[in-house]
Amino acid sequence: MKRSTFAAAFLAATVLSGGASAKTLVYCSEGSPEGFDPGLYTAGTTFDASSRPVYNRLVEFKPGTTEIEPGLAESWEISDDGLQYTFKLRPGVKFQTTSFFTPTRDLNADDVLFAFERQLKTDNPWNQYVAGAAWEYFSGMGFPDLIQSIEKVDDMTVKFTLKTKEAPFLANLGMDFASIMSKEYADSLEAAGKKEQLNQMPLGTGPYKFVAYQQDAVIRYQAHDGYWKGKEKIDDLVFAITTDAAVRLQKLKAGECHVMPYPNAADVEGMKADANLQVMEAPGLNIAYLAFNTTQAPFDKTEVRNAINIAINREAIVDAVFQGAAVPAKNPIPPTIWSYNDAIPADKYDPAAAKAALEAAGVSGLSMKVWAMPVARPYMLNARRAAELIQSDLAAVGITAEIVSYEWAEYLERSKAKDRDGAVILGWTGDNGDPDNFLHTLLGCDAVGGNNRAQWCNKEFDDLVVKAKQETDQAERAKLYEQAQVVFKRETPWVTLDHSTVVMPMSKKVSGYVMSPLGHHSFSGVDVAE
Amino acid sequence: MLRFLLGRLAVLVPTFIGVSIIAFSFIRLLPGDPVALLSGERVMSPERHAEISRELGLDRPIIVQYLDYLSGIVTGDFGRSIVTKQPVTAQFFELFPATLELSICAIVFAILLGIPAGIFAAVRRGSFFDQSVMGAALVGYSMPIFWWGLLLIILFSGILQWTPVSGRISLMFFFPSVTGFMLVDSLLSGQAGAFASAASHLVLPTIVLGTIPLAVIARQTRSAMLEVLSEDYVRTARAKGLSPFRVIGVHALRNALIPVITTIGLQVGVMLAGAILTETIFSWPGIGKWMVDSVFRRDYPVIQGGLLIIAGIIMLVNLGVDIMYGLVNPRIRH
Amino acid sequence: MAHTSALGSVSTDPSRRRQIAEFWFYFSENRGAVIGLVVFALLVVIALAAPLIAPHAPNAQYRDAVLVPPFWEEGGRAAYPLGTDAVGRDMLSRLLYGSRYSLFIGVIVTSIALSGGIVVGVVAGYFRGWVDTAIMRLMDIILAFPSLLLALVLVAVLGPGLTNAMIAIALVLQPHFVRLTRAAVMAEKTRDYVTAAKVAGAGPLRLMFRTILPNCMAPLIVQGTLSFSTAILDAAALGFLGMGAQPPTPEWGTMLAEAREFILRAWWVVTFPGLAILITVLAINVMGDGLRDALDPKLKRS
Repeated sequence: MKRSTFAAAFLAATVLSGGASAKTLVYCSEGSPEGFDPGLYTAGTTFDASSRPVYNRLVEFKPGTTEIEPGLAESWEISDDGLQYTFKLRPGVKFQTTSFFTPTRDLNADDVLFAFERQLKTDNPWNQYVAGAAWEYFSGMGFPDLIQSIEKVDDMTVKFTLKTKEAPFLANLGMDFASIMSKEYADSLEAAGKKEQLNQMPLGTGPYKFVAYQQDAVIRYQAHDGYWKGKEKIDDLVFAITTDAAVRLQKLKAGECHVMPYPNAADVEGMKADANLQVMEAPGLNIAYLAFNTTQAPFDKTEVRNAINIAINREAIVDAVFQGAAVPAKNPIPPTIWSYNDAIPADKYDPAAAKAALEAAGVSGLSMKVWAMPVARPYMLNARRAAELIQSDLAAVGITAEIVSYEWAEYLERSKAKDRDGAVILGWTGDNGDPDNFLHTLLGCDAVGGNNRAQWCNKEFDDLVVKAKQETDQAERAKLYEQAQVVFKRETPWVTLDHSTVVMPMSKKVSGYVMSPLGHHSFSGVDVAE
Repeated sequence: MLRFLLGRLAVLVPTFIGVSIIAFSFIRLLPGDPVALLSGERVMSPERHAEISRELGLDRPIIVQYLDYLSGIVTGDFGRSIVTKQPVTAQFFELFPATLELSICAIVFAILLGIPAGIFAAVRRGSFFDQSVMGAALVGYSMPIFWWGLLLIILFSGILQWTPVSGRISLMFFFPSVTGFMLVDSLLSGQAGAFASAASHLVLPTIVLGTIPLAVIARQTRSAMLEVLSEDYVRTARAKGLSPFRVIGVHALRNALIPVITTIGLQVGVMLAGAILTETIFSWPGIGKWMVDSVFRRDYPVIQGGLLIIAGIIMLVNLGVDIMYGLVNPRIRH
Repeated sequence: MAHTSALGSVSTDPSRRRQIAEFWFYFSENRGAVIGLVVFALLVVIALAAPLIAPHAPNAQYRDAVLVPPFWEEGGRAAYPLGTDAVGRDMLSRLLYGSRYSLFIGVIVTSIALSGGIVVGVVAGYFRGWVDTAIMRLMDIILAFPSLLLALVLVAVLGPGLTNAMIAIALVLQPHFVRLTRAAVMAEKTRDYVTAAKVAGAGPLRLMFRTILPNCMAPLIVQGTLSFSTAILDAAALGFLGMGAQPPTPEWGTMLAEAREFILRAWWVVTFPGLAILITVLAINVMGDGLRDALDPKLKRS
């Protein structure tokens, strides 16, 4: 890879040093991308570096919202039975011309077919072009079982036929794994016997073209001259990979970068006071929860779960773990998602009432395990610290809690077990902004023994969310989901802990940055003052 | 000499095989399923799980896996990262120059300061200078370098803002990587200020990584020098009225340096261990950080390949030190 | 990182008391070593008396006192002399309790490495032949890895935690003791008193551990002190990397790891644990230097 990017790097180098007027934006990213083919991976860090700058999708999320808008597809039609989706492609969309490939044609249906078929069909020559390619998200969103066929109707029209009704399908097509790639580029790589380059040097239709990647250090992009939405204001986009949050902040303060994600909660106050910085905040698309095992006594009793629910001081967790950069959660979906039921009252911290309720339920001298994740996740920065707080809250109502933890993969695996002992701290970051992605995925009966860590199968709740999945009218769906949240609160399979706030500190020179409720970091439309 | 060399090599091969067995079996013992880790909070179907395990070759008998692995090593194939799906060797060679550059700077820093300090301390034995140098060396030798690095960052990057915080060069500079050494590449690029930028990025990591070798070298130089100074021929030279400079610089130093060179050779392993901490603190894109990240990501092939390559390097360096020592001091060849 | 040139042997002087007196004479000549000894003794006292002298319980959280600075800074409170951490735990109390962990780690790791190393080393040095070759190859293999990296991977295998970290470090330190013991045993084996004991009909076990071993103790003691400080440093480094003692244990390295995110905002949570490690390790190393000088007649002369 190093050798092949040599020429590209050299070209860019001369451009950079020669043109004094080139506008550069440096983004201190939090980690290295795993690769540059978004279909292969699941990490947001990878998407920030691949699908968002380099690629587009058929439909896209309107900046700053979870709503869908036309992307590479100009328009679409859904058949009455809800099974056929026909997309009309946007004409004249140019692929990027880079030092490693010069495209000769515009986007057409072949590119769309290529992007999906390599993930769908195991006999596609690109299905295993990297050893161990698992197409995590494609299969995670249920596409292999959902898609009956993908057809090219004509050069600019593509038709998807589904096996069952799936209301969130359109939102799923806006996700990163559904990025559209150049078939022409792929063909040329295949002919040259260099298939793996697709994952190392990406080429798409997006706002920025890939220039070079220095492992674990820097990724460089340049504005795509022929971008269909118009050329970006920034000429050079640079990702400086900086894994430590304290270091990122120092670089931001020193002017070594313009924008950074994921600051330490402890530093936010200081950044707000800094005259050279602006701090943008938005609620994250996530939830952290403590899931009981609702199949085990005494947690099979609603009264016991409800008592523990009010014994835990969420505010204290938000303060100690997030230094305020989170909000206590009352519903299993974050407030940014449509259908969030704000009519549900917040849980009131009341240890005395909790103690009384436990006694009334005939529970005394209870001891339980609280599982704490070994890693920091966006929804829970320090599960250990949260578990310690929960432990002392529980002690106040006479419950002895023991904190247990396992190595991360082990933790995920063991917490799925139906006969698991103890309540688990875990959480979820939404994929597509659809309530189904939380309520059905995490609490549906299908997910017991898997994502449903509460092992909670409630018929009333399950009927509601399954019905909502098949309904195409959004207003109808919203009603069903609101009702489901009422059932959830009554039954309390989880103690909902928090929704973290996403904080983006940046230099005051930066303008036009829009925070995505989906947690994307995209630099389309961003400008930087000299 | 040839027999000495062959003997050394004969020891090296079984040791390396032993190392490969250890590296290989460790990884099989790691708890946590790497395939499950791929999906995170999301759930993977058992079929998909089995399929991926098969693709990664994790479903075959362990002996077959090992032999396969060993035959791969012979051809230079150390496997592929589970996370990035890149060959381990490709990643290693891309990151190794960063570690090498940092290590060389650190050892040069340690030698340039440590040897003169040790010599003067020995010559002025018992003086205030001697006592403060040896005191400082003891502190350096006892330093938890991960904390030392944090302190330096707070002071020089945070409060004084003299040095950049992390990375290898200012991002304003961009040039092709020719040697992988930022100092060299920045000069080759011909861009004004690039070298200064690369150098300023190296200052703090060099100090942190060089602290312990500096302390060790200073102490070793001093004691070797003291020993030599008390030898008869030095006393004779002194008695003959040779200038102290000549006595120390020519007669004593040459002999005192032999154990010091060995010490320096032995610091390679120390450096690689130190690189783990130093690179983690300074976000230095080298192999130390790569290994730590891989341990946390359960990236089996990288951990095992990395362990093996690093152990191989240390063994080769030790062999080199042995040979050098054998050349300087013929007595130990037998 | 622990090298010693101590290869001296203590002669079988009939008067043990004179030996000790002589040792103390040389040891006490080294002012630094005596200071190190005093500091170390103080640390032992602190560790033993931690529950009595600590103003607070190490894990007690005072939620009204989160990240309070030390008392001399603005906003500091006398109740928390060295300030509090992110969940309102008293730094001083945690540091005091932390000394228990560090000393405990040092003692356990050194004992395991020392006793294991002695047994294996004596066996290798006494029997020679293939046993020796096999043992020394194995030690070579262990030494081929950078110690911290090997410990890190070992802990990853065994699972993060204090116990596993100690096991891993002991294993990594083992080869030094094996090599030293083996070399000393081989040197002593040909001496007259050993031959005499052999002639007198002493069995191999008695020969190995009663006759030869006591005469090889000097370098081992010196190496032991060095290992003590290495163990504390490595355990703290593992804790720092998140692989050693797990929170909320007030182990110093783990405290540092937890404090890293506050590096810009609360200097005291970063500074004090590191300072504690440095002081402890320094005291032990200074003491070790004094020990070496006192036990090593070759250096004594110079």
